[in-house]
Amino acid sequence: MEYGFTTAAYVVSAVLFILSLGGLSGQESAKRAVWYGITGMALAVAATLIGPGSGLWFLSMIMIAGGGYIGYQLATKVQMTQMPELVAAMHSLVGLAAVFVGFIAHVELGRVLAMDDAAKKGLEGFAALLAKKDGVEIAILRVELFLGIFIGAITFTGSIIAYGKLAGRVDSAATKLPGGHMLNAGAAAVSLITLIWYFNTGGFFPLFLMTLAALFIGYHLIMGIGGADMPVVVSMLNSYSGWAAAAIGFSLGNDLMIVVGALVGSSGAILSYIMCKAMNRSFVSVILGGFGGPAGEQMAVEGEQIAIEAEGVAMALNEADSVVIIPGYGMAVAQAQSGVAELVRKLRAQGKNVRFAIHPVAGRLPGHMNVLLAEAKVPYDIVMEMDEINDDFPETDVAIVIGSNDIVNPAAQDDPNSPIAGMPVLECWKAKQVFVSKRGQGTGYSGIENPLFFKENTRMFYGDAKASLDKLLPMID
Amino acid sequence: MKIGTPKEMFEGERRVAMTPESAAQLQKLGHDCLIETGAGAEAGFSDANYAAAGVEIAKTAVALWKTADVVAKVRAPNETEVKRLRDGQTLISFINPAANDKLLKSAAKKGSTVVAMDMVPRISRAQKMDALSSMANIAGYRAVIEAGNNFGRFFTGQITAAGKVPPAKVLVVGAGVAGLAAVGTSTSLGAITYAFDVRPEVAEQIESMGAEFVFLDFEEEQADGAATGGYAAVSSPEFREAQLAKFRELAPDIDIVITTALIPNRDAPELWTEDMVGAMKPGSVIVDLAAEKGGNCKLTVMDEKIVTENGVTIIGYTDFPSRMAAQASTLYSTNIRHMMTDLTPEKDGVIDHNMEDDVIRGATVTHAKAITFPPPPPKIAAIAAAPKKEAVPEPTAQEKRAAEVAAFKAQTRNQVTLLAVGGAALLAVGLVAPASFMQHFIVFVLAVFIGFQVIWGVAHSLHTPLMAVTNAISSIIILGALMQIGSGSFLVILLAALGVFMTGINIFGGFLVTRRMLAMFQKS
Repeated sequence: MEYGFTTAAYVVSAVLFILSLGGLSGQESAKRAVWYGITGMALAVAATLIGPGSGLWFLSMIMIAGGGYIGYQLATKVQMTQMPELVAAMHSLVGLAAVFVGFIAHVELGRVLAMDDAAKKGLEGFAALLAKKDGVEIAILRVELFLGIFIGAITFTGSIIAYGKLAGRVDSAATKLPGGHMLNAGAAAVSLITLIWYFNTGGFFPLFLMTLAALFIGYHLIMGIGGADMPVVVSMLNSYSGWAAAAIGFSLGNDLMIVVGALVGSSGAILSYIMCKAMNRSFVSVILGGFGGPAGEQMAVEGEQIAIEAEGVAMALNEADSVVIIPGYGMAVAQAQSGVAELVRKLRAQGKNVRFAIHPVAGRLPGHMNVLLAEAKVPYDIVMEMDEINDDFPETDVAIVIGSNDIVNPAAQDDPNSPIAGMPVLECWKAKQVFVSKRGQGTGYSGIENPLFFKENTRMFYGDAKASLDKLLPMID
Repeated sequence: MKIGTPKEMFEGERRVAMTPESAAQLQKLGHDCLIETGAGAEAGFSDANYAAAGVEIAKTAVALWKTADVVAKVRAPNETEVKRLRDGQTLISFINPAANDKLLKSAAKKGSTVVAMDMVPRISRAQKMDALSSMANIAGYRAVIEAGNNFGRFFTGQITAAGKVPPAKVLVVGAGVAGLAAVGTSTSLGAITYAFDVRPEVAEQIESMGAEFVFLDFEEEQADGAATGGYAAVSSPEFREAQLAKFRELAPDIDIVITTALIPNRDAPELWTEDMVGAMKPGSVIVDLAAEKGGNCKLTVMDEKIVTENGVTIIGYTDFPSRMAAQASTLYSTNIRHMMTDLTPEKDGVIDHNMEDDVIRGATVTHAKAITFPPPPPKIAAIAAAPKKEAVPEPTAQEKRAAEVAAFKAQTRNQVTLLAVGGAALLAVGLVAPASFMQHFIVFVLAVFIGFQVIWGVAHSLHTPLMAVTNAISSIIILGALMQIGSGSFLVILLAALGVFMTGINIFGGFLVTRRMLAMFQKS
């Protein structure tokens, strides 16, 4: 069987995938880029169906169509605020698929090795590929598929837990089973032992044992990470799903899978790095879960939180010339983005300078806030990044904090003993007046007291963000 | 304890340290009150008033000094009074301890405790006993009144049937308590008021009182007022020159000048020179509140009012509070009463002279046979020091260049090291791995490299679409499932079919969601 055509198609789709990722550097080019990705994927699947995957192609088509239908339903029905859950859930599918493919490779390997040479000649498809391998290659293959299953299994359970936490079905606080990191280390050690075992024997049992261990690691690792670190977790799982695909690509000898897996893996890794940097935390400390213990006594917060009613906020907004809005996860939870957008439209209609300040880790997914604001038809050119807008706060009349907490915590700069010390934050307290829309007096995800709420120029606008905005909107004229 | 107030012996002093009102309050603290007959007469409080408030009247000063455990008065004691001071007695009054060494020594020798009202530290908690401020407030008010008394015109501008009257222009130099009080009084009388102070941070206070801050265009780092307990510090000769030049410019227009500039423990600085006086219009008035320390104007004669050759009146009175004895006595006696409240924490008439207390420690100048002046610095800073702005020196072109070169070198070093390590690792793998593996491995390494290059360029706001799109394309694993589906047993087919199904969800879901998101991003 000649795969020349397939290989050529793979090269084209690899290029398309690279262009697709590169195109995300700007909002306009991104719209084109996603089509590159779709074309690349279609080309890759078609080439595989015609070439090496031609056996049972009809079943494959049915399966793809069935999956596609469900995918379509999901993608069109999901609300933008639920985006983090969706992404996490879909990662779990990739992980599980990687586990399946890995197991099939194992089963096939066993079957092919048991055959004699004559039978091997009569094989087709994947089995034929396996039949050509010699001793060393089979050993390498075992390591590869072992890794593929290992990473895939971690991704699977990890993503399910991440999904549960983001969807609110699992308590988002960091919880660990007794034993903590030792359990993870133990499971990792078991995996290593089974790797050597499997490498030497090729039996099913060690593979199965390792899968259980990996499933446990995925579960326990993510259970130990708090809700505030979810942006890192999601991008990390994204990275894992890529590495799993790459490992499987190695074992199947498929270059396109390797290329795409590596692209996805490195993209997730970079995103995780960017998120960690935005929180001034090391990747390791996020993965190992929880904030490090404070180095000393934290500064006591003095003063009191002063509440304000909608009338006061409206008056200040009507008088202000420049307004900066800082959205956070609370806005997503309250589904308040359209109210915020309406407020911005009204204020902008009066010729005021209204902008958004987005912290890199606002929300539960990298770029979460941008998507929500875009959904509410907020033009993206007034949505600023932290570095772009931080210097403008002293000239800002009113800063409105909607459902964010740790990313506007001055303790990160003032209090060296604060658990978030050194984390870059939005310096909204430098604005002439700050309004904080917040449900109650509780602390943020990290459980840290926020001195911002006690500052003299801060007024607390208590209540659900959406209800508060609905009260506020008619008073803006 | 018995608190006694004698009649002031100082010539012309009309104030009294105890009023019937304050006596009533003191009795609530458990103290008995005693007053020398006629002590409050000049301030408008008769013996009968005191008696009605339950105050015992002492016939003579000698009798009073003998029976009182605490003597509260206004002026520092003169020699006769110091002689009357006895062991265990507490004296509360203005002392000016820096200049009254002799008094401190003899008081310490006798074993009496002396509390100087002018040494009360300037912290928020002690404001209620800050007699200097309450007296300065009166002085500032009275200075304007006194000036008006000697000024032949209205303060406020008027247009009447009999002609137009221009408003008076008042310049207040030194915006301490007295200065600000003068500013307030003068603006409320309707004059156009200017005020000047060497401490730029008081500009806001001046403007809040309704006067215009005389802005000096002078680049100098002024000592932060907080470092000197809220008082002004000595300024540099250059600054002084600039200041005088500004005054010279203003002098011909100003009708009334009120100078209040004092620096603790120094002679008053000369701010209003003879030539400025000469430049002023006839009929103008200068009130020099610093007369006691030599005056801000050299022509000032202490305790006198003079008129210069060109018709400018210069008032050098030092007894402004005493000229408003009723008001001054009320305020001062209240200050004393607050001091007594702090000294009797249990309100049981027993004095607990707590030397650990910042305020009491600061005000006490002799205690337990020792001179306790000057006090140690208070534990709490009087005024929060303004954070110094660290001037970041602008890097020169050379330094910039050097920094760039250094950064470039460091980058090069990093990259070369990474490349070398990576290359070596690749070669090491190549030595042991079979060629078929290496083919794939090279592809893998290149793909990782491309991924790193490409992803850094992705816009922050597009991180969520990036996640969705990478999620969709990570379903490339479908290829594996597709390749395997046709080969082998039922189990393989089942697993592969499930794999295809799940990745199918992912491909469609991922791409569609990405498209949905991207379509939402729009320009304004």
